[in-house]
Amino acid sequence: MRWIWIDKFVEFEPGRRAVAVKNVTRAEEHLHDHLPGFPVMPASLVIEGMAQTAGILVGQARDFRENVILAKIRSASFDDYAVPGDTLAYEARIETLEDHGATTRGVVRRNGEEFGRVDLMFSHVGAAQVSGLPRHNFVFTESFMTLLRSFEPVGDAVRGGGA
Amino acid sequence: MALSAAGRIPQADPGGSDVVRIGSDGGDAVTTATRDEVLSKVRDVLVDALGVDSEEVTPEATLQGDLGAESIDFLDIVFRLEKAFGIKVNRSELFPEEVLSNPDYVDNGKMTDEGISKLRSAMPHADLSDFEKDPQVERIRDLFTVDAIVNYVEQKLRAA
Repeated sequence: MRWIWIDKFVEFEPGRRAVAVKNVTRAEEHLHDHLPGFPVMPASLVIEGMAQTAGILVGQARDFRENVILAKIRSASFDDYAVPGDTLAYEARIETLEDHGATTRGVVRRNGEEFGRVDLMFSHVGAAQVSGLPRHNFVFTESFMTLLRSFEPVGDAVRGGGA
Repeated sequence: MALSAAGRIPQADPGGSDVVRIGSDGGDAVTTATRDEVLSKVRDVLVDALGVDSEEVTPEATLQGDLGAESIDFLDIVFRLEKAFGIKVNRSELFPEEVLSNPDYVDNGKMTDEGISKLRSAMPHADLSDFEKDPQVERIRDLFTVDAIVNYVEQKLRAA
């Protein structure tokens, strides 16, 4: 199973901002254990969803030339839980984008209402630094690129920079 | 808190009353800032970047030993300094790793005279006086103090 925690992009402004959604469903196996009788999406996976939204935004901004590694969760706070049936929208904005890496600010909305904030820092890692490491360690694989291709409104613009 | 003259950048007045120009977050408005004001902003940056208490961020505190910074935090500190002061921070200026981790400058676990000389020109913002007495390589990390960051920022603000 590929580790993908966003369902699709609904907005994508290259180099600036992206919004991806995630539908939380009872079919997700981990919710049976987290927690027994009280299914709650782990906050760590909400952060992962934001990291994937923001990571693709950052990677696309430089045409996927570097691998974009989540380096640090600068801050994360949530006001409530996400449960099966909820739709999460991850809105990520690029705050800084430089050779060494990037910072992003993010707001998570649950069914349209803000319920969390996740600010992240990414490190750019060039091909030379990852040689010898397995490719599946990195996010910009075919399955992730499919997410961008399936996003129609600005699909052409995004496809142009594909890996 | 007294600041030793040796801990300051060479052209700084050790009286602590020197004033430098400092950009706001937006980078447009320019006001003047004393060393205390620079320290105060650097303290905020380190509190946010490292999750430490404000009282822990004394001028003498070392980033790694005292404040628990890990290598990735240095990039975070660079980003936050740029935003807080509206300056461009060159990571290899603030933390000159090419000197600090160069095996040519290490002999028998100590930094060579040549290495120290290189370090002096690469890190004018650091106080090397204590390190020079016993230049064990594992003591290099103690050069990264809050004071060194304040010196670096002041240096940048003066040049701006």
